[in-house]
Amino acid sequence: MTISLKPNDSPPEKLQPTGWLKYLSFSLDHKVIGLQYLVCGFLFYLIGGSLAGAIRVELTSPLSDFMPREVYNQVLTLHGTIMIFLWIVPVVNGAFGNYLIPFYVGARDMAFPRLNAVAFWLIPPSGLMLITSYFINGAAQSGWTAYPPLSITTPAAGQIIWILSVLLLGGSSIFGGINFIATILKLRRPGLKLMQLPMYCWAMLGTSILVVLSTPVLAGTLILLSFDIVAHTGFFNPSLGGNVIVYQHLFWFYSHPAVYIMVLPAFGLVSEILPIHSRKPLFGYTTMVFSIMGIVVLGLVVWAHHMFTSGTPPWMRLFFTIATAFIAVPTGIKFFNWVATLWGGKISLNAAMLFSCGFIINFVLGGITGVALAQVPFDVHVHDTYFVVAHFHYIVYGGSVFVIFSSIYHWFPKFTGKMLNENLGRFHFIITFIGFNLCFAPQHWLGLNGMPRRVAEYDPQFQVINQISSVGALLMALSTLPFLWNILQSILYGDKAGDNPWNALTPEWLTSSPPPVENWEGDAPLVIEPYGYGEKNSNKIQEGMK
Amino acid sequence: MPKLSAILTLTSSLILGIGGVWIAYNVDMLPVSASMNAPVYDELYRVLFIIGCILFIGITALVIYSLIQFRRRPGETGDGIDLEGNISLEIFWTAVPAIVVLFVGLYSYDIYDRMGGMQPLMHDHSGQMDNQAERVWGGIGSGPIESLSKENSSSLPIELTAMQFAFIFHYPKEDIISGELHVPVGREVSLKMESKDVIHAFWVPQFRLKQDVIPGQPTILNFTPTKAGNFPIVCAELCGPYHGGMRSNVIVDEQKDFDIWLKENSKESI
Repeated sequence: MTISLKPNDSPPEKLQPTGWLKYLSFSLDHKVIGLQYLVCGFLFYLIGGSLAGAIRVELTSPLSDFMPREVYNQVLTLHGTIMIFLWIVPVVNGAFGNYLIPFYVGARDMAFPRLNAVAFWLIPPSGLMLITSYFINGAAQSGWTAYPPLSITTPAAGQIIWILSVLLLGGSSIFGGINFIATILKLRRPGLKLMQLPMYCWAMLGTSILVVLSTPVLAGTLILLSFDIVAHTGFFNPSLGGNVIVYQHLFWFYSHPAVYIMVLPAFGLVSEILPIHSRKPLFGYTTMVFSIMGIVVLGLVVWAHHMFTSGTPPWMRLFFTIATAFIAVPTGIKFFNWVATLWGGKISLNAAMLFSCGFIINFVLGGITGVALAQVPFDVHVHDTYFVVAHFHYIVYGGSVFVIFSSIYHWFPKFTGKMLNENLGRFHFIITFIGFNLCFAPQHWLGLNGMPRRVAEYDPQFQVINQISSVGALLMALSTLPFLWNILQSILYGDKAGDNPWNALTPEWLTSSPPPVENWEGDAPLVIEPYGYGEKNSNKIQEGMK
Repeated sequence: MPKLSAILTLTSSLILGIGGVWIAYNVDMLPVSASMNAPVYDELYRVLFIIGCILFIGITALVIYSLIQFRRRPGETGDGIDLEGNISLEIFWTAVPAIVVLFVGLYSYDIYDRMGGMQPLMHDHSGQMDNQAERVWGGIGSGPIESLSKENSSSLPIELTAMQFAFIFHYPKEDIISGELHVPVGREVSLKMESKDVIHAFWVPQFRLKQDVIPGQPTILNFTPTKAGNFPIVCAELCGPYHGGMRSNVIVDEQKDFDIWLKENSKESI
């Protein structure tokens, strides 16, 4: 006997909460999930930023006098972990990816809405777990790299909670990556070809490939590490015959691509913002696509440049030097293309544009020091020093975080239907740009002259430069105030934005602000020229408006 | 006027190039150089600095110029020029960085070779008790390692044991144990390093050398000090709460003074 279900027997869709409550619910709407990622990420950014402030206060004097040494190591571990796994990765991927990708491919939602909601709801508990581990027995204190044997010998509870939380966040990231790949490749509106997609789709496709290929390696490594800690196995424990270098190889096989997981989506977002505010087509679409894919391929084979001083054979050092340096080629193409996008435009100097241009300038400096660091002989002097700290903050803060702010200024009217105050936004940019450069530019000198990273005490000759750097950090902290004020003020009393305040052509602007649950009333628009700006095409834009 | 813009481009790139070289030769950001490979390092640093300055100033200037020149004036409407790409320009700025990067890579390979990074490591253990071939990894500046048992070895063998939170130096011939590293000027030192607990790193900024000190995996670092003086040894790998305090000194003496130091300390140890 067989029981057959009639097709219409599927359970009725549960009602989703409406109003502000939906942002605290297990919502399946990609737009709600995107904003959940964004707000949650920003809250963690404030926590991670406070930890950075604590580090900068400690470093205003050459002695370890502000907090106990163990706590200092916990603070720097939490700062790195929170900023990477709870702020930049979830926001550039999860927040903007979830909000924008379905619009860009002409879909009503992501391919797997439930998986999407699960991916988001893994983040708050793992973040809280990570932070509260401080109150249990002290948080992890072996840096965000958790190199054994240090991570095996420091107090186990904090380290295990750190591993669990990074595993959950990695899982969330993998779910997101699978979802993006499926959505971009399979949910495209009929008639929309891959080479007609906005650049952010390509960036997210590349990023998601990296996520899916490399994050499982990190998960495996951390599980082995947790065995070493809990079950006293000897994978990475030299006193039991383990090899500590193997951990570094496995760790960096994920954690170098992680840098591209943080910056590739930012590249995509900038490629959306620059053409709209300079009223010009994106320069060199095809080369941009190929350079993203080039970065994806090269990004997977450069990890050992983090290990030039760990004891690697000469041939390996040579290979990784050349491979790393060659990433500069596709990255360089993107930067030249962006500058060419600005050239001859009608540029609006608004906050979104300024933050994007700030990103270009900061990232070029970070890229140049990156090529220098790839050279083995150069790296053996500055590896594990403040030079490296300066380099990667130019990449992840000067790069990704500047783009996050730029994107918030750009898409806030779509998110809320209200305009942000541009003058406050420009003020925010100026304070952030000055504070950031004041904080991190002097650190290049510190590294070259002998200050290692992750220290609570240092040679007194570095005090003045460290104090200058701390003043920069204070400015960065203060710069969040006009931003937060702007957000609150604009949500409550901001000017109405209308559907398309920037006269943009990409599909998210061809609907109301904020958009309806199904994204568009009626059919999704077919946008085959997302960057069709420019004088000759002005007629087309007029039509697009209607 | 294409001629005028060509002249303008040429002059500005020329100024940019000269400016980059000028900055690299006039902004000195490195500490004193005190080992054989430090001047070689500084040469590479200068080349990277010149290229970096030219690129950074050039792109920054282009961005700022565009923002000012092509800004939307009040009351202006309409779009910018309709320019979707330019194949020859794109080939140009793919090829130029590729050539620059290739040049930098080959140049740094040459520097690496001159520092002794490509020389094979030979670690002869025939005279010792354990016959197992020991895997040894060398840092940069590691040349062929003379056997410690050879009599007329030119390099000065020293053993370094790192632990939380100290460097302990052992001079095997004289059996001296010291918390500071004493070495003579102008003689190659061969430092064999191993850690007792976690990973540490041996770094002397004035020597431009760093090598991790790893538990269960000896590493070798060869260097030749060229300047007498007192330089800091810094641990550069996070090794625990007192990581920042894990410092020591390398005291580079004239051969005469070094011999006196050796004599004094071996007497004490007897």
